Amino acid sequence: MAPETPETLNFSSYRDTYGAMLDRAGWAATTFSRYDRATTLKIAGAVARAAYGKAAHYAEWAVRETSFGVVEDKRLKNELCSLGVFETYRDTDYIGPVIDQSRKTVRIARPAGVILALTPSTNPVATVFFKTILALLTRNAIVICPHPAAKACCADAADLIAAEAVRAGAPDGVIQVVREPSIPALEGLMSDERIDLVVATGGPAVVRAAYRSGTPSFGVGPGNGPVYVDSSADLAAAATRIVESKSFDNSILCTNESVVLAEEAIADRLLRALQTSGAHVCSPGEREKLRAFLWRDGGFNIGAIGKDASVIARACGFDVPGNTRILLVPIDRVLPEEHFTREKLCPVLGFAVVTGTDEAIRAARMMNRKSGGGHSAAIHSQNEMTIMTYAAGVPALRIVVNAPCSQGAAGFGSNLGPTMTIGTGFMGGSALGENLTPASLINWSSIAYPTDPRMPFGNFEGLTPWKTPNSTIPDEQPSSVSAFDEMADLREKIRALVRDELNSALGRT
Amino acid sequence: MFDYGMFQFSSKEEVIEKSIACWNPGKTKFWRDAGIDLVIDRREGYLIYDMNGKRLIDLHINGGTFNFGHRNTELVGALKTALDRFDIGNHWFPSVARTALAEALVKVCPGFDYAFFAPGGAEAIDVAIKSARYTTQRRKVISIIKGYHGHSGLSVATGDSRFSKIFLSDRPDEFTQVPFNDLGAMERALSAQDIAAVILETIPATYGFPMPHEGYNRSVKALCEKYGALYIADEVQTGLLRTGEMWGWQSYGVQPDIFVSAKGISGGIYPFAVTMLTKKTGAWMEEDGAAHISTSGGAEPGCFVALKVLEILQRPEVRANVQYLTRYFSDAFHDIIRSDGDVVVGLRQKGVVIGVEFAHHEGGVHASRALYENGVWAIFSSLDKRVLQFKPGVLMSSALAEEVVDRFRVAIPRMRELIARAPSARSAA
Repeated sequence: MAPETPETLNFSSYRDTYGAMLDRAGWAATTFSRYDRATTLKIAGAVARAAYGKAAHYAEWAVRETSFGVVEDKRLKNELCSLGVFETYRDTDYIGPVIDQSRKTVRIARPAGVILALTPSTNPVATVFFKTILALLTRNAIVICPHPAAKACCADAADLIAAEAVRAGAPDGVIQVVREPSIPALEGLMSDERIDLVVATGGPAVVRAAYRSGTPSFGVGPGNGPVYVDSSADLAAAATRIVESKSFDNSILCTNESVVLAEEAIADRLLRALQTSGAHVCSPGEREKLRAFLWRDGGFNIGAIGKDASVIARACGFDVPGNTRILLVPIDRVLPEEHFTREKLCPVLGFAVVTGTDEAIRAARMMNRKSGGGHSAAIHSQNEMTIMTYAAGVPALRIVVNAPCSQGAAGFGSNLGPTMTIGTGFMGGSALGENLTPASLINWSSIAYPTDPRMPFGNFEGLTPWKTPNSTIPDEQPSSVSAFDEMADLREKIRALVRDELNSALGRT
Repeated sequence: MFDYGMFQFSSKEEVIEKSIACWNPGKTKFWRDAGIDLVIDRREGYLIYDMNGKRLIDLHINGGTFNFGHRNTELVGALKTALDRFDIGNHWFPSVARTALAEALVKVCPGFDYAFFAPGGAEAIDVAIKSARYTTQRRKVISIIKGYHGHSGLSVATGDSRFSKIFLSDRPDEFTQVPFNDLGAMERALSAQDIAAVILETIPATYGFPMPHEGYNRSVKALCEKYGALYIADEVQTGLLRTGEMWGWQSYGVQPDIFVSAKGISGGIYPFAVTMLTKKTGAWMEEDGAAHISTSGGAEPGCFVALKVLEILQRPEVRANVQYLTRYFSDAFHDIIRSDGDVVVGLRQKGVVIGVEFAHHEGGVHASRALYENGVWAIFSSLDKRVLQFKPGVLMSSALAEEVVDRFRVAIPRMRELIARAPSARSAA
């Protein structure tokens, strides 16, 4: 009998192999790590401007490709995550040397190297921009691995900013993207020794995989934000902010409010104020239809993520007034078996009545016991002791006061670092407890002299280990610091623009 | 005990003894006497390991054979998969694999129409010379003094007399040699108008990579045209992105009539070579397609490997890697020349084709040994021992490149020591 020969031969394809990409990133990281601050800022600034200019384009594309969210809100996020982020951090020194005369130390920044950045389908291009600009500000190379559901818009955006970075003088290959992301590819990349740091934004499975990979990782967990409104709160303002936040990009930011915990004394008034602000209060019948639609086969219905409130209502078989921005679902008890106490990446908000701060804390802890710990919570109150007690009791690492939680916890309109990556800390299974900032992506080498006052500290003024790159810049000479000063006017205009956008989005114009 | 399944050896010494007895006494003894007691066992990427476990970074890469490193996983995968269905095939008939590879080669070799396959570079060179003779109906071939094109019937006659006279295979009446970079000598040799072809390594490798003078290759081609001769480019060491372009002749802006690629074209996984011909220089295949027969030429498993090699070479990341390597080694050696100019005096470089020049007339030999002792294997240039051939593969990572330079610097004092102890040190000084 003739031996069988296979009908078709399966050869590995280019898509199966990322070795060349990682080697290229390695060269870029090595080269970039010696750049001086002026050139680094020039590159990050050029990329931020290019990304900002395409904010609307990629907002539209992301919504089209993923069917999640709101174009206008995504545009704003893209703007904030490009120029907004750059402007926030441009004046902070992530490069050094930083001389501290009193402590007799000099600190020199050491970039992570090659960063593998996982970006989610919910905030796809915004996260690409955000992580890339952070990487560039800290002289890291970045390999972006987008969620498969958003791979086209992310790859296109990455290509655009990669070209812009090289034009501005960045080393070749400093920004690259995995075009055909898959679970095996991702697992291979995460555990590849050429990756120095994984920054994972995604579902819990991906985050745990990042930590299992053996590569240093920042994975961040899911949210499930409680928002407590006590009797001292400005109810009308609180209602407006909550609806603003819950409807922003149709609640796709993981910092969105999940359940309103209303103090008994003001619960009815708050409910009416929420109605006035655009919340449709669901009847018990509507609640059950909604429950059946949102939770299927033990999991959350992906088809509901980032959809308009009216679209969701219609899918459940009931109509809501045309001005409805969120669906408010009164629930009797805050227990894990009550579906509406869980995370909902859509404009559906639970509403529970609590007797006071202690019960609010217990309810919040109940909500976050299984999932959502270490993430975000909000409170609307004028009472500092209440705020303090709540903050110390809820399992959250950022507690936003009198502001929309979606934006405030993500650092937009608050002084937390503007971010698409929310560190959930030890209580949320993460090594990162703060909002991801450029500082997360570097280590510092510290030159340390003896404390003994008889031993003098060295004079490091004017010394730098960095070089202005020459041959890596094809077309133009690296600009000096003074070139930035000439840009000051334009910069201030851009800052004002971003500020205005932000304020209007927060309903504070 | 070293157990290799089909055979066992008790020690490396046993291998060397038996190698002297049954394989090649001269070659085996040469390395033993040179202090390089290497029997390569395991190999992976750009690392090779001696039987006794000594780890070496391979910068010899056998003239580009291991351009992609040893046992490159993609190439090994391609070969294994191909063997599920193919063997070397029947050279008489058209074949799917040979056709596909020929088409792919024609696509990446602008100006060429045919790909003729051989199992090794020497035979491919013979085919090139035969094709030139057929086309011009002339017999004589000009090559470069210290040029190197292989060891078969015609190719060996183009090279150094060391390799031809011993076998009475020199043919001074048909094969003329002129000095490299000497256009006057080249024109004088061509002017009799009886030359079939000039054969030229785009950068002469075994001669230690002397860089062609500005416009040299183009001028030789112009002279060939003037006197009715053909220009054969030997691209065995300069092709496959090693000069920064797919083919070395592209780097120098010259369009050969015939060129040859071998070694790296199949990544050290399967013996393979190709002679690229034009309609004009391949016309003999119209008259008699079986005029040159090669049973193993174009063996089909090798075609799959070569196709994969071409695919990898066309990835933008690989091109970028070559650019990075080029700049990195250029910077590193210029630093070394500044700091250790008594030992290292010059750098010959085009892409990752690199020759390191030493002050001492046998500096390359001593450097080779000092590097071997310090974990790097790079071979001196056998026709110019002042020079060390220094050949990083195109896929080498930044971390490994850095390690190579670190090790080179560590080895410099040892180079100095070996040079000082060399018997000819006084005469060289």
